Amino acid sequence: MSNAKYTYAVARIRALETKLFNQAVIDQLIGCATEEECIQVLEEKGWGDQETSGDPEAMLTREEEKTWETIREMGVDMSVFDVLSYPNLFHNLKAAIKEACTPEGSRPVNIYYEDTTIPPQEMLEIIQNKEFSRLPENMADAAREAYEALLHTRDGQLCDVIIDRAALDAIYQAGLKAKDKIIKDYAESIVAVADIRIAVRSQKTGKTVDFMKRAMAECESLNVDQLARAAAGGMDAVTEYLAGTAYAQGGQAIAESPSAFERWCDNRLMQDMQPQKYEVFSVGPLVAYVLARLNEIKTVRIILSGKQNGFSDDSIRERVRDMYV
Amino acid sequence: MSQLGIVYALLGAALAVFLAGAGSAIGVGIAGQAASGVVSEDPSKFAKVLVIQLLPGTQGIYGLLVGFVTLSKIGLLGGGLLDLTPQQGLLVLAACLPVGIVGLISGKSQGQTAAAAIGIVAKKPEQFGKAMLFPAMVETYAILSLLISIIAVTNIRF
Repeated sequence: MSNAKYTYAVARIRALETKLFNQAVIDQLIGCATEEECIQVLEEKGWGDQETSGDPEAMLTREEEKTWETIREMGVDMSVFDVLSYPNLFHNLKAAIKEACTPEGSRPVNIYYEDTTIPPQEMLEIIQNKEFSRLPENMADAAREAYEALLHTRDGQLCDVIIDRAALDAIYQAGLKAKDKIIKDYAESIVAVADIRIAVRSQKTGKTVDFMKRAMAECESLNVDQLARAAAGGMDAVTEYLAGTAYAQGGQAIAESPSAFERWCDNRLMQDMQPQKYEVFSVGPLVAYVLARLNEIKTVRIILSGKQNGFSDDSIRERVRDMYV
Repeated sequence: MSQLGIVYALLGAALAVFLAGAGSAIGVGIAGQAASGVVSEDPSKFAKVLVIQLLPGTQGIYGLLVGFVTLSKIGLLGGGLLDLTPQQGLLVLAACLPVGIVGLISGKSQGQTAAAAIGIVAKKPEQFGKAMLFPAMVETYAILSLLISIIAVTNIRF
């Protein structure tokens, strides 16, 4: 349906899409001999700013900030994008619970994402004071349950499972409530891919069906019960189950290699975003642009990390994600 | 003397100008938003997007033209206002409707198509010629309605 309020923003996004990295730029980065050379290429393309010069992590963080600054400048309703920040927000909840349950001397540092709707310091205060009711409805119960589970059992994995499941449920619910089709599609895709990822990892670590069903979130395109049972039966059973769903290529990626599967998980989202290239009057192209930028930053991080650790070009190439453009 | 005939005729002229002009205003506005979006990121594309933005502006001109012809036909511009019967006035009103209604709808539609075409120019400026053609297609129907309105207004016998 036509929605003229996004006309300005979508046209601006179209102009910005020309600056997104295509495969040729990614190949150029992979072809760089060292991490420093990569950073130089990125700086020449306008990445980072004067303050981040020479610091790859600061440069990538700055690029993410720039993306959100651009979207905010467009004057669109930012609540549409809330669902995109759920993974970071729930990560911060997880980090705050772990920090609150850790003795002061051995607390980890720099484990929070900045720029979330609940600032990291406030999140920590809420958890430390056990003021769970101050959290949004979709976080409060999970936060209480995870906090008590970690405090009583010291089982970090159980804490992770509770929060991750709550994050997936929150994303899915946001998708169901969303008016924009792209948010519905995004939620469905994120939850389904996360469920497949849980199934694959659980199969490798020999988890029970009950554990998997506790970790997986319900979604329309997958049957969680069948997926969990397939995972308990072996990797071939997972591949066989996926062959009958919209995620058949995921099964092929599992068979190929673990890195191919991880790459497929991200590529699947970018594939779902492709139709947004032809949308003119909806929020879709804006959401797709943000996801494309995050995917681009993630890919650059993989390349820089590969260069830093002396991986071969082929090894890095196997891990890089498909670009939106 | 009843003035109802001339009221109908003037209403026709007003509708031609008002509806077609509103269509153009909406269309140029939509295309203008898209043009602003592109120019805010790439000012070098200003000339190209401006041309596309102006395409939905023609409906307003067509409405104005029909308005002038109508005013001239009923003698308002020459000073010799005709004494029209209500039936004659309604004939003039009906003759003015095609350009008004089609101008309104096509102006808005052309604006939306122009916004999409501006997206083409944003990504592939070398495809400017092709991008121009899509909104220009919508123009066809505005021209057809102009033609019918002009023929109708000028051929009414009083």
